[in-house]
Amino acid sequence: MENITHTIQAVPLNHYILLSTIIFAIGVTGVLIRRNAIVIFMSVELMLNAVNLLLTAFSAYKGDASGQVFVFFIMALAAAEVAVGLAIIVMIYRNTHSTDINVLNRLKW
Amino acid sequence: MNTLILISVLPILLLYLGVFKAKNALLPVTVIGLLAAAGLAIAGWNANATPIYHDMVLFDRFSIAFSVITILSTVLILLLSKDYFEKISSHVAEYYAVMLFSLAGIICMVSYYNLTMLFIGIEIMSVSLYILAGIKKRDFASNEASLKYFLMGAFSTGFLLFGIALIYGATGSFSISVIRDWILTHPRGIDPLFHTGVLLIIVGLCFKLGAAPFHFWTPDVYEGSPSLITAFMSTVVKTAGIAAFLRLFQSAFSTISDFWMPVLLVITVLTLFIGNITALYQQSFKRMLAFSSISHAGYLLFAVVALGAASANSVLIYAAAYSIASIIAFGVLILVQQQADSDHFSSFNGLGKSNPFLAFVLTVAMLSLAGIPLTAGFIGKFYMFTGALSRLQVWLVIIAVVNAIISIYYYFKVIVAMYFRGGEERTVLAVPGYFVFVLGLSALLTIVLGVYPTLIADINF
Repeated sequence: MENITHTIQAVPLNHYILLSTIIFAIGVTGVLIRRNAIVIFMSVELMLNAVNLLLTAFSAYKGDASGQVFVFFIMALAAAEVAVGLAIIVMIYRNTHSTDINVLNRLKW
Repeated sequence: MNTLILISVLPILLLYLGVFKAKNALLPVTVIGLLAAAGLAIAGWNANATPIYHDMVLFDRFSIAFSVITILSTVLILLLSKDYFEKISSHVAEYYAVMLFSLAGIICMVSYYNLTMLFIGIEIMSVSLYILAGIKKRDFASNEASLKYFLMGAFSTGFLLFGIALIYGATGSFSISVIRDWILTHPRGIDPLFHTGVLLIIVGLCFKLGAAPFHFWTPDVYEGSPSLITAFMSTVVKTAGIAAFLRLFQSAFSTISDFWMPVLLVITVLTLFIGNITALYQQSFKRMLAFSSISHAGYLLFAVVALGAASANSVLIYAAAYSIASIIAFGVLILVQQQADSDHFSSFNGLGKSNPFLAFVLTVAMLSLAGIPLTAGFIGKFYMFTGALSRLQVWLVIIAVVNAIISIYYYFKVIVAMYFRGGEERTVLAVPGYFVFVLGLSALLTIVLGVYPTLIADINF
């Protein structure tokens, strides 16, 4: 554990913040421009993992475990969301034979 | 804490009842359990509230008041569910269970004392709602609502989490009290991590609350979901959202209100105008209610903008008045939808002659939503505006009053349809006993709260 913390601290904190922000921004862009429900879903996961990375970096720098515990909660949530989200996508696919969100225009968007 | 435990155990019991095919026991067990949970919450009213479990949750009077109001609204909505779920599927126990899991998340959202619990509460509530929005598996609108709600909800969670992570980076803790102390000991200007974090949390919570410009998912999801679930989303969930919002800003960020107040002011004004003006030209009653719920989110945000000692009280009154009136509106909508198979304004034509009782309670609800005196809605708006005026937000109140006047137009559209438009050929709607009880009780509460506002306004936090 001591080693990992030292390894993480070998890179300046600002670099972690920048990297997480870039990953998060890629996720947001993906949600906004992609049209396939599953790709949008993957982009959301990318956003959550950017947060995980950021929390881990902060946690290692502050020597405080609660940030890493929070990461476990986010992972548990991501798993729950995958279960529900994929079920919803399968339900849509059965009715429309497509996962393209452009099909979803029965209600005004 | 007992409330939360009871509401978490109750759905598991319901699932077992479902396994043993005890369908008739489902509703009574749920209602009795929820009333017991509300009773347990009230029993702790005078207790000395201290944060428990390493500062994770705090069951103070704020959380008790909002727990009770969300539990009672859920009871009213569940009473309307008699025979509703049976039409969708033969496995009804799951629907009650998922709805109660969602309520357990809501109790977390109104009692958190740590950002971890806020996050967990919001997610328990949201993931259950994604399922509930899609329970009509063959209905395309329900599918679409479910997927849209899921994608937008997960997207907004990302923003909320990024905000929480940045605040953790600045303060080194998720605890509300540590964050508050950190702000007091670091009075220097703008901290890039902390203040960006606050902005991202505002974005995330506004998504959940359905405030403009993050409202675009609301009308579609509310229209597509089954009406009973829409009633749950637009009353209980909205109350919980604003309670979580207020708790965070009142207890943690109140000292930097100069920073976030202008942002929330813009969001509030935008929400009011977009909600009200778009509601004007809706042809569907359900979609009109969706837009009206956006504008009510705007009025609820008043309490956060004009943050003060009375904020929690005015939110409680407004949320109670709005929830009761919306439950009536959705209850009548469910009955009309069953007969006419449409939620357009025209399907309400002639209801005044065929079903005077339904027409009367719906009129009371519409008057309350529009904020006409002698109804609970007026008292709610009155306390909100007084709070804003005391913080010298005169322009905000003027804009809000203009919006309240605009809203009268579309609320009266349905009253006009019921009493003055055709419909001699209309057959009488059968109103089940549960509906008579819920609708009558809600209409009575609306009028009683409008005449004797001190019943709820004198509650001290």
